[in-house]
Amino acid sequence: MVDWSKTWDVLVVGGGNAALCAAISAARGGASVLVLEAAPRFYRGGNTRHTRNMRCAHDAATDILTGPYTEEEFWDDLLRVTGGRTDEQLARFMIAESKPMLTWIAEQGVRWQPSLGGTLSLGRTNSFFLGGGRAMLNALYLTAESLGVEVAYDAEVVALDIDGGTFRQATVKRPDGNHILRARALVAAAGGFESNFDWLREHWGSPADNFLIRGTPYNKGKVLRLLLDAGVEAIGDPTQCHAVAIDARAPKFDGGIITRLDCVVFGIVVNKDAVRFYDEGEDVWPKRYAIWGRLVAAQPDQIAYIVFDAPSLGMFMPSLYPAIGAASIRELAGKLGLDPDALERTVNDFNAAVRPGSFDHTILDDCRTEGLTPPKSHWARRIEKPPFYAYPVRPGITFTYLGTRVNRDARMRMADGSDAANMFAAGEIMAGNVLGQGYAAGMGMTIGSVFGRIAGREAAIGARG
Amino acid sequence: MQDNSARAGTTLTAHATPILAEADRLMTVCNSCRYCEGLCAVFPAMEMRRSFGDGDLNYLANLCHGCGACYADCQFAPPHEFHVNVPKTLAIARAESYAAYAWPRAFSGLFARNGLAIAIIAALSVAAFIAGFAAWNDPPVLLGSHEGPGAFYRLMPHDWMAGIFGAAFLYAVVAMAMGALAFWRDIGRPEAGLGEVGRAAGDAATLRYLDGGGVGCMNEDEKPTDNRRLHHHLTFYGFLLCFASTSVATGYHYLLGMQAPYPWYDLPVLLGTAGGIGLLIGPAGLLAAKMRRDPALVDESRWGMEVAFLVMLFLTALTGLALLVLRATPAMGLLLALHLGVVFSLFVTMPYGRFVHGLYRFLALVRYARERRMIADGTAGEA
Repeated sequence: MVDWSKTWDVLVVGGGNAALCAAISAARGGASVLVLEAAPRFYRGGNTRHTRNMRCAHDAATDILTGPYTEEEFWDDLLRVTGGRTDEQLARFMIAESKPMLTWIAEQGVRWQPSLGGTLSLGRTNSFFLGGGRAMLNALYLTAESLGVEVAYDAEVVALDIDGGTFRQATVKRPDGNHILRARALVAAAGGFESNFDWLREHWGSPADNFLIRGTPYNKGKVLRLLLDAGVEAIGDPTQCHAVAIDARAPKFDGGIITRLDCVVFGIVVNKDAVRFYDEGEDVWPKRYAIWGRLVAAQPDQIAYIVFDAPSLGMFMPSLYPAIGAASIRELAGKLGLDPDALERTVNDFNAAVRPGSFDHTILDDCRTEGLTPPKSHWARRIEKPPFYAYPVRPGITFTYLGTRVNRDARMRMADGSDAANMFAAGEIMAGNVLGQGYAAGMGMTIGSVFGRIAGREAAIGARG
Repeated sequence: MQDNSARAGTTLTAHATPILAEADRLMTVCNSCRYCEGLCAVFPAMEMRRSFGDGDLNYLANLCHGCGACYADCQFAPPHEFHVNVPKTLAIARAESYAAYAWPRAFSGLFARNGLAIAIIAALSVAAFIAGFAAWNDPPVLLGSHEGPGAFYRLMPHDWMAGIFGAAFLYAVVAMAMGALAFWRDIGRPEAGLGEVGRAAGDAATLRYLDGGGVGCMNEDEKPTDNRRLHHHLTFYGFLLCFASTSVATGYHYLLGMQAPYPWYDLPVLLGTAGGIGLLIGPAGLLAAKMRRDPALVDESRWGMEVAFLVMLFLTALTGLALLVLRATPAMGLLLALHLGVVFSLFVTMPYGRFVHGLYRFLALVRYARERRMIADGTAGEA
């Protein structure tokens, strides 16, 4: 049982990768550490539960990485995906610090493995966790507990007593009532607000009600809100979230990675009026993965349907729910609740516009449409061989970009420009410092581990004077 | 939009039993995740398929060693609504497959209440040997001390002993071979050569896949330990040593004309003693691990089968070692009857109990060795 009357050196709020890296590094620095996780034990770890790899720079191939990935190349990738919306100094610092992470994370009991089947494109850049994100969490928790870190679950921080830039105490809501918790330093690693529909609605309006959340229902952004209200400087676009198109049959929360669909490039995507709305063949899939969530969010009722024919089934990763199949386009429309005439017209118009070419889904091939708006620039093949299939898709929200501003010590900065005295942030709650928009696989975990480790170390130094 | 979340992973494939339908559902879920592919053989084998027939599922079920790592690592395990529990589901499917392959079919019911069945057979067998000893021997012989070569055979003629145990052993071998054949047919008679058999033998001998991907089993919780592998090694190699002891003794008898009992320093006794100690510690350790195992991973309805086999091995060793220690005393007669009764029932129930897991798992490993080569050669569907 946690001793609520004790004054802890370091209070870590959150229970994912960033939080545990902070807790471990603070404990290794000699601090007494308490971790407060708002979720029950099974759901501990926020989005880390659903992760599978981390992107770290390295100068040579390793046991599990197929080749070097230099700091400069990492920086180029970050610059590209963020469109320049990043803090270059902080980002380059993080990239440099990502190098020793390959060793440091393994020293905390996490085991690496080569890239998983179907993810060969990440084999050189990303190190995968053996057993996935929950296995990684299990290892970090075991290590933290062996170092004397205490963990309380179902422990939601509902108030923070912050005086200027100094954290004093937190109010913790537990099943047995509220507790006041004092600590000499605070590490906020409690994620974003993607599961908070009230907050999402502030920016997205009623369409937000049709969003599906890929992580647990516990990512409510409560700590982020408390910090911003207490005068911590905000960073990142408050209106934006990372959204991908996922199977509309997925549960409202925590469907994780397995509800994703990789098949947009193999067919056409129509909205509830059975009308196409974007070029499905614009770019190779991994690069386009993240635009479809937002595209579908902009369609009526936030629903769309990926439609393809028999030859394409089997060309992409198997998915959780079976494709909806029918012998004709009209029958398929009926099963999807679409207007059969409209869907037939859309498919016929598309088929008529397809120019001959040699299909190759691994490159930007020469199969395209002509005279069609919007066009399909690559991989355009007529949809003509029954059975016909469809997957319904909705926006699946992964994470939000709004966060707390930090410096390279992971120390929060206050809105008045001063540095916080004893408050640090790590992980998704400060990801906006380096990731102003966009995403590339494994970056969230890099941000979490690098800044988690630093935040824990600095918090311990501060707390122990 | 209909709410399908409770049936996440449900496919349209028809299956012979509800547990195979559930296994299909889980493999569909797992195949869209693949985070566990580094943990063992089951997941790479799964990735070679997009749909799962009954034979495929029985193959995967028998390939699973039940280390539990994928359960501890799974973000979709209960209480998550996807309810992914691969170790337990495959354990049930595996146990049901034992019954389905049993030869003759009429005896497959022995798997249903296996603990009880084996307990009754063992009790009857022991009783029969004691009764036989009492009927054929005068009390002074039965309760007397016997020493020197041929001492055992004063209580039971060697030819009788060899005949009864030879027949029991032969029966077990034939019945298990028929079961193995049924399994091999069910999983599609994969082609396999000596290379695959050798590879599978290596995987089985080292329990390569009972290690949670390198750290050990997840037995009680998500903290890995290597206890089950250690105790399984003690059990398996203990059993082999005991078998070797009997084989050497048979050779002594027929080829060298040397009659049991043998002195303590002679090979059959050394092998049997070492094996017996392994068979005491190993099954006891496995039993202890079983009692501490996370209930979520356990197929409660097969508890009897699991326990019965371990207890039979333990009793075989216990009675054998007791016989060794007390063979020069008047207790020898009854102990010999007891030991022979236990060993006899172990043999005749072998095809109808947990023993067969080794057989089917070995064959599954043979098939996996072939698939692994296909993955390496790039001749597999999704490599």
